[in-house]
Amino acid sequence: MSTLLEVKNLKKHFPIKGGFFRHVVGQLKAVDDVSFTIPKGHTFGLVGESGCGKSTLGRAILRLHEPTGGEIRLGGTDITSLNRKELVAHRKDMQIIFQDPYASLSPRRTVMQTLLEPLEIHRIGDAASRKKKVLELLDIVGMRANVLHRYPHEFSGGQRQRIGIARALTLDPKFIVADEAVSALDVSVQSQVLNLIARLQRELHISFLFISHDLAVVQHISHQIGVMYLGKLVEIASSTDLYRKPLHPYTKALLSAIPMPDPDTKSDRTILQGDVPSPLHPPSGCPFRTRCPDAMPVCEEAMPELKNLNENGASHEVACYLY
Amino acid sequence: MTQPLLSVKDLVIEFSTQRGIVRAIDGVTFDIMPGETLGLVGESGCGKSVTSLAILGLIPSPPGRIVSGSIKLEGRELVGLSESDYRHIRGKEISMIFQEPMTALNPVFTIATQMTDVLMRHQGMTRKQARNRAIEMLALVGIPSPQKRIDEYPHQMSGGMRQRVMIGMALSCNPKLLLADEPTTALDVTTQAQVLEQMVKLQDELGTSVVLVTHDLGVVAQSCSRAVVMYAGRIAEESAIQPLFQAPRHPYSEGLLKSIPRIREEKLDELPTIPGTVPDLLHLPAGCRFVDRCYKADAACHQQEPPLEWQNNQAVACYHPNPAAGSNA
Repeated sequence: MSTLLEVKNLKKHFPIKGGFFRHVVGQLKAVDDVSFTIPKGHTFGLVGESGCGKSTLGRAILRLHEPTGGEIRLGGTDITSLNRKELVAHRKDMQIIFQDPYASLSPRRTVMQTLLEPLEIHRIGDAASRKKKVLELLDIVGMRANVLHRYPHEFSGGQRQRIGIARALTLDPKFIVADEAVSALDVSVQSQVLNLIARLQRELHISFLFISHDLAVVQHISHQIGVMYLGKLVEIASSTDLYRKPLHPYTKALLSAIPMPDPDTKSDRTILQGDVPSPLHPPSGCPFRTRCPDAMPVCEEAMPELKNLNENGASHEVACYLY
Repeated sequence: MTQPLLSVKDLVIEFSTQRGIVRAIDGVTFDIMPGETLGLVGESGCGKSVTSLAILGLIPSPPGRIVSGSIKLEGRELVGLSESDYRHIRGKEISMIFQEPMTALNPVFTIATQMTDVLMRHQGMTRKQARNRAIEMLALVGIPSPQKRIDEYPHQMSGGMRQRVMIGMALSCNPKLLLADEPTTALDVTTQAQVLEQMVKLQDELGTSVVLVTHDLGVVAQSCSRAVVMYAGRIAEESAIQPLFQAPRHPYSEGLLKSIPRIREEKLDELPTIPGTVPDLLHLPAGCRFVDRCYKADAACHQQEPPLEWQNNQAVACYHPNPAAGSNA
């Protein structure tokens, strides 16, 4: 299968300024040395707790945050080396769906104006063909043409999210970052939007980076899953392997913390103690060692490398000294 | 038969808005027994938060108004109670934990000030006694080095810690009833697990009744003994936890349970969904409120709202309910 997106040693550090002269006093390593690939037409799920850097990673890939280091290749083009003008042209291929459908649509624009804008910016087609495209998009996301001249406040959260998805699709992208795209929705609407995303993926062969804190949602929609902790990927596996045989102690703890919607399986939980350490002062070595039930002296020394434990040809990478 | 701690009967609450009068709660009846955890479940706008605010006498009026019905705490009527009488109940007999631990605590006072205030007012403690009790409560909810952290400000704590402080504060006067409105929704899964475990443990020790308001059926399954499922201001189903999750009787509860993505061995291509969206409370369909989204709807459902009917500790408001668990129908 051909690779669409390749992320190599991606870093995004934010300078911390302090003191009287606002000198740079430290670096917040939001994304630190992250590498993974997404094949064409696949969904890569990214899970982790708040503050682990998953949204920053999604934005850095689109260069909505300028990466500090590393390489991003989309369909062979090195995104990191593009200048401003070239980047605008390449933005067509990569889009984003935001979490909050209330904040991500302009309240002053009708659905029509919102959906036309990308076509106008990139000077695609004439007025008639643009309108035709907009109608097609509405049909794809399951909305009727009579919504065209309405404003966002007239829609429910689920419908707004559909409009957000339609907007991301206007330029026929190859790659979409969905950042907590269903987290703000009610359960019954969430399942509708998840089904829509899965269908688009199958029919339009778009690759997704699906970011969410909800492990069940991620497992449902993804082919491959990466688990992030304090800016680092600690485990990457196919979605079935990750849940059947989680390796990293953090992944195990995350999985056992999910409250199961079944009163009979009172899971014997490994409840993690404490909170995620501040990313300003991460622990030395493996960032998870302060909360890890299996921590060893070696964990303090250096961050373990991602190691690929191939099993029956399926890649399963984990960064832990236990393996 | 034990007396219920709190009984809500035929509660109707309306809000006047620019577009007209919205009936947010339309005839809600349920009991809370001493020492039990009741889940109040539903999607946004179903009236679960309004119900808990009404119990605390916190419905803003205007625009809100309790039109009819009663809320009784150990036989004492709370509806129509004066504000000064309510102050003796709030925090002492009934207390509440809110969803946002960031906004529920006052940012300009230390944890110590906020916790001792409550204790001095309701328990008549001296400042010193109150401080000791507050430290005790913080230790109980699992805050490390409580003697030190009690003098911190809310911003110095993480979200999970703040929610623990809230729980500690809410339980410090030994209330009979604790209302927890989405207490873990803003937290990460690992923190959520810690906080829920702590809540269940404290409840066992102190014997407090808890109403857990949430949209998360996983949380309900893991921590409640009984649940009330609400839809658009009415109760769709009320049941003990086991039968509700094994054999939901109302098509809405059934749809809700099926549509949660779960961790499965075999992946589904498509999640089951409930078509459509929650109706606008100003324009409810005639008959059953769920009729437009229900796969079982027929002519009868369009005629009249189905009443809540009891059968073996499971109540359902539906003309075509699913068979109860264990029945051969």
